[in-house]
Amino acid sequence: MSDQPLTTLAQSAPVSAGCGGGEENVLELAGVTVELGGRRILDDVAFSLRAGELTGLIGSNGAGKTTLIRVILGLLAPTAGSVTVSGPDARHSVGYVPQKFMLDPDLPVRARDLVALGIDGHRLGVPRPSRERRERVERMLDAVGAGKFADARIGRLSGGEQQRVLIAHALINQPRLLLLDEPLANLDLRSAREVVDLLARIAREQRIAVMISAHEMNALLPVMDRVVYLADGRAACGRAEDVVRADVLSRLYGHRVEVIHAAGRVLVVAGEGDDAEPSHPHHLDPEEH
Amino acid sequence: MTRSLHTRTTWTPRSTETAVHALLRAIVEPGFFADGAVQTAAALGGVVAVVAGLIGVFTVIRSQAFAGHALSDIGSAGGSSAYLVGLAPLWGFVGISVLAAAAMERIGVQRARGRDVATGIVLGVGFALASLFLYLGMTYHNGSGEIPTILFGSVFTLSAAELPLVIGLGAVALLVALTLYRPLLLASVSPELAAARGVRVRLVGAAYLLALAITVALCDLTIGAILSTALLVGPAAAALRLTSRPHRAALLAAAISLACTWLGLLLAWDSFYWPPLRHGWPVSFFIVTLVLIVYLAAGALARGRRLRG
Repeated sequence: MSDQPLTTLAQSAPVSAGCGGGEENVLELAGVTVELGGRRILDDVAFSLRAGELTGLIGSNGAGKTTLIRVILGLLAPTAGSVTVSGPDARHSVGYVPQKFMLDPDLPVRARDLVALGIDGHRLGVPRPSRERRERVERMLDAVGAGKFADARIGRLSGGEQQRVLIAHALINQPRLLLLDEPLANLDLRSAREVVDLLARIAREQRIAVMISAHEMNALLPVMDRVVYLADGRAACGRAEDVVRADVLSRLYGHRVEVIHAAGRVLVVAGEGDDAEPSHPHHLDPEEH
Repeated sequence: MTRSLHTRTTWTPRSTETAVHALLRAIVEPGFFADGAVQTAAALGGVVAVVAGLIGVFTVIRSQAFAGHALSDIGSAGGSSAYLVGLAPLWGFVGISVLAAAAMERIGVQRARGRDVATGIVLGVGFALASLFLYLGMTYHNGSGEIPTILFGSVFTLSAAELPLVIGLGAVALLVALTLYRPLLLASVSPELAAARGVRVRLVGAAYLLALAITVALCDLTIGAILSTALLVGPAAAALRLTSRPHRAALLAAAISLACTWLGLLLAWDSFYWPPLRHGWPVSFFIVTLVLIVYLAAGALARGRRLRG
């Protein structure tokens, strides 16, 4: 893995309107550009995240969501631009829940073991059990509603239960920023709803910035304070009603798109009279970048 | 074998003998605990068993049983080359295992699929070299007794002089595993998660592979290059069926491994008068069979527990 510091000071670019400027900025991206193998994955992305707010990172598969998350985590150095995480210990100020991954049902790691690894899983040596540590894990499990299955092997839990445990793992060290990569993919509607409510509560109560990537924004609409909308590596950000608009998104995509409101849901579709490819931003590709 | 020098003392029951003693005598052939070769075998086999059990748990968790097996097969090339040049086989086992582990890491253990392919390639080369060295060794040294020893082990023929080296190597392997315990566990759950927390996933994997190579070499020595994976993976797999806590699994695996090794030694000693040859059965056969029995029993136990609970 790459080992560059999370806070890089390359060049600074103006923060785009509607997405920054708060006093409580936890994360600030300026002019972030990533080129991989001659392809531009991210193009001059700038936004900031504030404590206590929940932000949706919305974009179709391949729009650059995962790349952006890897840049914020410090796993990938941007070709240009800067990523600034406030706080003294940048790496441990960011809690992270990766995209759904296969867990071996026989892995001898219980939900509570994974949460405990959230405290010091990166340290060498064996953990020293203590009452204080046990209680801290217990409190965290209860806070995300995972107390009931704390002793089950993580590989044997349902998708929604695994998400709760992974969120607890990411939160136990009290990060200032919580990043989740497609946490709602593969969840049934009810579990997705529960996870979203949990995350919104965490953002408000613990005053941390929560950013959730999703290719489908509707599940997030009721709780999302702001949206970072990615299309072809470019980003638009602001409040959902200011960003998810035909004119803004058409400019972002570089071709005409329509935003349809129906039954309390929002649909972004390729517009008529445009010979651009019939790109439906919400269609499902098996491949994610 | 040492055992052939040993004459059986005729046993006459005395009035002071209790039924328990009589039973014990029926199970433990006389002379078992007093014999020097047995003591050496029990000490060496015991150390190796404990190390194999502890390290093996991570081998199973990381799905590297195949890598372990490849390292042990390659170990046969090390053992046979040491035999060819007149060195103690352990040096050959360790040297070649560590080299092979490095080669596997270079070719691409970082990708799951690359790991299998890399392992397979290195394994083939190892066996080819083993066949060459064994052939040359047989021709130069005019004998063939070393072949079964290298391939299938012969713990009763080991000398006590090897004990310090075996303990030292075992300690190195355990130290690596204990040092890396948390990052290794986290990376086993998800390399992505570990990397995001600043764990150098590849470095941790490479260090673990080194510990694995050393452990495999130790198993090669006691139960032979072909069978050593059974001792590495079997007790660990059985333990993982019985407990969902990583450290308990490691301790349980060590206990199972130790029990199978010592019981295997005992049965091998007893088997000296068994048909058809009345010259003893190989220890490795007993150890591996016992490991299999424990593994199956653990499966039945786990199933029973699930049905009840």
